[in-house]
Parts: sequence; C-alpha cells; structure tokens
Amino acid sequence: MSTKHEKEPLFSARNRKLISNPLGMENPITVQVLGICSALAVTAKLKPAFVMAVSVTVVTMFSNLIISAMRNSIPPRIRIIVQLVVIASLVIVVDQVLKAYVYDVSRQLSVFVGLIITNCILMGRLEAFAMSNKPWPSFLDGLGNGLGYGLILIILGFTRELFGSGAIWGYSIVPQALFDFGYKNNGFFILPPMALIIVGIIIWIQRSRNPELVED
Amino acid sequence: MKFLRDFLDKQKPHFTKGGRFEKLHSTFDAFETFLFVPNKVTSSGAHIRDAIDMKRTMIVVVLSLIPALLFGIWNVGYQHYASHGMAYDFWPIIGFGLLKVLPILVVSYVVGLAIEFAFAQSRGHEVNEGFLVSGILIPLVMPPDVPLWMVALATAFAVIIGKEVFGGTGMNILNPALTARAFMFFAYPSEMSGDKIWIAEKADAFSGATPLGHLLVNEVDKLPTNLSMFMGTIPGSIGETSTLAIILGGLVLVITGVGSLRIILSVVAGGIGMGLLFNLWGANEYMNIPAYQHLLMGGFAFGAVFMATDPVTAAQTAKGKLIYGFLIGVMAILIRVFNPAYPEGMMLAILLMNVFAPLIDHYVVQANIKKRLKRVKAAVV
Repeated sequence: MSTKHEKEPLFSARNRKLISNPLGMENPITVQVLGICSALAVTAKLKPAFVMAVSVTVVTMFSNLIISAMRNSIPPRIRIIVQLVVIASLVIVVDQVLKAYVYDVSRQLSVFVGLIITNCILMGRLEAFAMSNKPWPSFLDGLGNGLGYGLILIILGFTRELFGSGAIWGYSIVPQALFDFGYKNNGFFILPPMALIIVGIIIWIQRSRNPELVED
Repeated sequence: MKFLRDFLDKQKPHFTKGGRFEKLHSTFDAFETFLFVPNKVTSSGAHIRDAIDMKRTMIVVVLSLIPALLFGIWNVGYQHYASHGMAYDFWPIIGFGLLKVLPILVVSYVVGLAIEFAFAQSRGHEVNEGFLVSGILIPLVMPPDVPLWMVALATAFAVIIGKEVFGGTGMNILNPALTARAFMFFAYPSEMSGDKIWIAEKADAFSGATPLGHLLVNEVDKLPTNLSMFMGTIPGSIGETSTLAIILGGLVLVITGVGSLRIILSVVAGGIGMGLLFNLWGANEYMNIPAYQHLLMGGFAFGAVFMATDPVTAAQTAKGKLIYGFLIGVMAILIRVFNPAYPEGMMLAILLMNVFAPLIDHYVVQANIKKRLKRVKAAVV
C-alpha cells in the first residue's frame, strides 16, 4: 500500500468484484458458513428475512467504512473491543429505526436484531478486510457481503413461507382450489431444521456447479 | 429359468461398454443381479467373502416383514368395519385392507426406486439394494388413511436428504424409513397424530384413539386388553400393531443372523428398565402402568425388531450395540411418558441414537485400544 499508485475509478473491475464475489464464490453463508444462526431463525417468513437482510447490509457497510477510516489509529491490542463498539452503536441505530417504522417486523425479529452484533460475518469482514483496506473498497466489501447474506436469506424466506404458510410477504398465494384438492401446508418448513436443509441443498447445488469449491 | 438367463446373456452386450445402451448399464446390472447371483469376483486384494450377498440379505428382511404386512392389511379392514359396527366377513376385510395398503406400498416403492435408479445412473454406480427394505418399511409405519402424495413426498425426502446426500446405501446416518416418518410427523402433524387418523374411513362417533393416545390423557381404564394389544387388533400405523407378527418376523431375522439379537434384547431391557423406574416414581397413572405393557403398545416392538437393528445406522461393536439398544429403550419410554407433544417416542429415540451410534462405537474402540495397550505395557515391564 505504500507505493504511490494512480487514482482508481470508483467502480473499477477490482471494486466491482468486491460486490459480486460474496454473491457467489465467496458467499458468507454457503461458502464461508458464517451467520447461520440468524439465517435459520428469522427466515420462516419473507418479510422479516428481507428486513433482516437490509439491516445486516446497512451495518456491515457502515461498520466496514468507519473501521477502515479509523484503521491506522486503532491500537492493535484493543482492536476487537473498538470494532464491537462501532458495530453495537450501528445496531442500536438500526434497532431504533426498525422500532419506529416497522414495529411489527421488529417484534418478530425480537432479539435477533440485537444479535447482529455477534454475527460472525461482521467481525470477519472487519478483521479480514476493513482493517487493511481503504474506506471505499471496505464500504463496497461490506455491501457485497451484506447482499450475499441477504440473497440467501431471501431465498430461504421465500421458499419457507411459500411451502410452510402458502403465502408470500404475508399474502396467501396458494389457491383455495389446491387446498380443496387435499393439499396441505408443510409444517416442517416453518421449523428451523428445514432452513438448515435448504441451506444444505443450496450448498450442494453450488458445489456441484463449481467443483473448485469442493474440499477433499 | 434357463430361458431368462439366455435372454439376459443375449441383451448384455448392448449394455456393456460400446453397446447401444451403455448409459443404462447400471439399470441392467440391477435387474440381472436381482434375478441371479452375480458371477463377478473381486480380483485384487484380500477379501473375506460371505456366502450371501446384499440383495439376498435384503430379501430376508423383506420376508420377515411379510407377517406384519399381512396382519396390517387385515387389521386396516377390521378396524374400519368394527368402527362402523358392521357385520364383517374375512374377505371384505382383506379387500378393504388391500385397497388402503397396496396403493401406499406401490407409491413408496415407485417413488423410492425411481430416485435410487436416477442417482445410480447419474453417478455411474450400481443400483443399491437398500430401498427394497425401506420401501416396505415406509408403508408399515404410516397411518392407513394417509394421502398418497404425502407418502410420495416423504419417501422422496427420505431417499434424497436421508440417504443419497450422504452417498447412498451404507453411508446414511439416519434410518431412511424413520426419516420418512419423521418428515411426515413434523410436516403434517394433523395427518400423523391425534385420534382421527388411525382407522381408515372411521365412523365419526367412534373413538379411534390408540393405546398411547388414551394414556396421554390418563385414561388408563380405556386401554385395550393385553391380549388384543399383543395380537394387534387395535388402531395404529399399518404394520406396527401386532406384537405377535413382529415377533414372528424377528425370529426370522435372528435365526438367519440378519438382525442382531443383541440390539433387540437391549432395547427391550432399556424399555422395561425405564418402565420399572417410572413404576417406582409413580407420579401419575401413566407411570404406574406395568412396565411390560409399554412393549405391547405403539411402535416399540416394531422399532426394536426392524428399525433399531438396521445394520447401517446401528452401532457396529458388540459393546456399542448394548449401549445403543439400551438407550433407545430408555429414551422411547422417557419421551412417551414425559412429552405430551410426542405420544410415541420410539421414532425419535431411534433417530437420536442413530446419530450417536458412531460416537458410541468410537469410544468402545478407543477403550479397547487403551485396555490392550495397558496389557502390552505390563507385559514389557
């Protein structure tokens, strides 16, 4: 980093990769297997899953940005506690915003908004990226990882609500005729183990399409 | 038989390398080895050979399930007519039972085998025999009125998530038939519990509660007699009501050496032990029923004989089998008596111990190594 280099365009190929990589080959959930707890806990319905995805994305973006801006003045020995203070402050802001504008969803997410603080994705990105990169790429890295996490959450929320409750975003979409015919909502999709199985299936598909992801 | 062999030999070149149907090679193989003991011999390394191969082993298990299946067919019909208070003859009963049970059996086999063949084909493996047994076990642990599409879904789930994901027959952690039942239990609880579903097309006024259902609400006086629970003329899943038919099947398994007597006995010991312990405690009526009655009710006998002994998912070491079986018995009764949400604990107990079986084996083996190392050290000193 010490060598002087030319000014990089804002969305250079390298920066674009910071966003697109976490969506696929470096996905925080399916490849790094981080943030699984909340992915299982809040995805029974699409709406809370979406709100959770947005919240985590906002927190990763801004915590990466702030820590990256501060990175040269944080004493290495206390860096974890400094990172936690930044994350915690952001989470409190997000929590208050959710309470003010989408109270019902905030009730559904309950403790899991607060638990964003302990989400491994956040600490992982701060340690692995923001501590050694400039603010703008760090911001994009946060955005990319938040979106990668959110993508999986939305797939989970969509599948689980569709098969578990016969609805999308709270609106019933499975026609009554199908129920008359004997169809029933699958209660297993409401339970967290099914979320784990769906994550497993996503990982299965991803790895069979990208053999380089398969470990020995 | 000769003409069948000739026919197969004539078709064979088409399915070997370079033939017209090379891609379907594993399908052909499956049928050929199903009909005839294969003449292929392992050519490298030292192997211990058993006189019986896997297909023949599986067929023994299927045969041992026949008494339970036949009795189940009769009982489905019998319960239906009895609930309507109608006069009944033997043949209408069998007819009604066949009408209910056969479709479930066919759906389970067709869906399961189709998935097995598809996976074997796409991976270039031989088709595994394991499903011959799972395919008959699944209908036997379903209630008689279960919708067929649910059976299809549960079977597909069990074969794909319970088995193929781990690498197919012999690699699975959980018993596939119980995985199918657990899937049904959690996905469609209203179809798998309560007192409405255990008698096919039951008359509305008639209580269709199983013995475990009665006990759940502390109606000990409504329990059927021990004799009818032993013979199996009670409502319940298709194949699990008759302890007698299950014992017959168990004898076949034990005499042919396919099923482990050690596991069966330790499950029974665990169940009776826990039952006696509850008798001592005696906090409610459920705890006070005689310990042996637990063995007659619900899926206990069926699970002990046919599910716990599954050679793939059970513990492998002799000592491990004792621990594994005993804990299944204990857990099953514990869940039954304590947890009102799960009237039958056998399924969950076996699945739980399936997960623990490798761990039990690991510690049994480690303990043995430690013991023998000590002996070596003592001898050297």
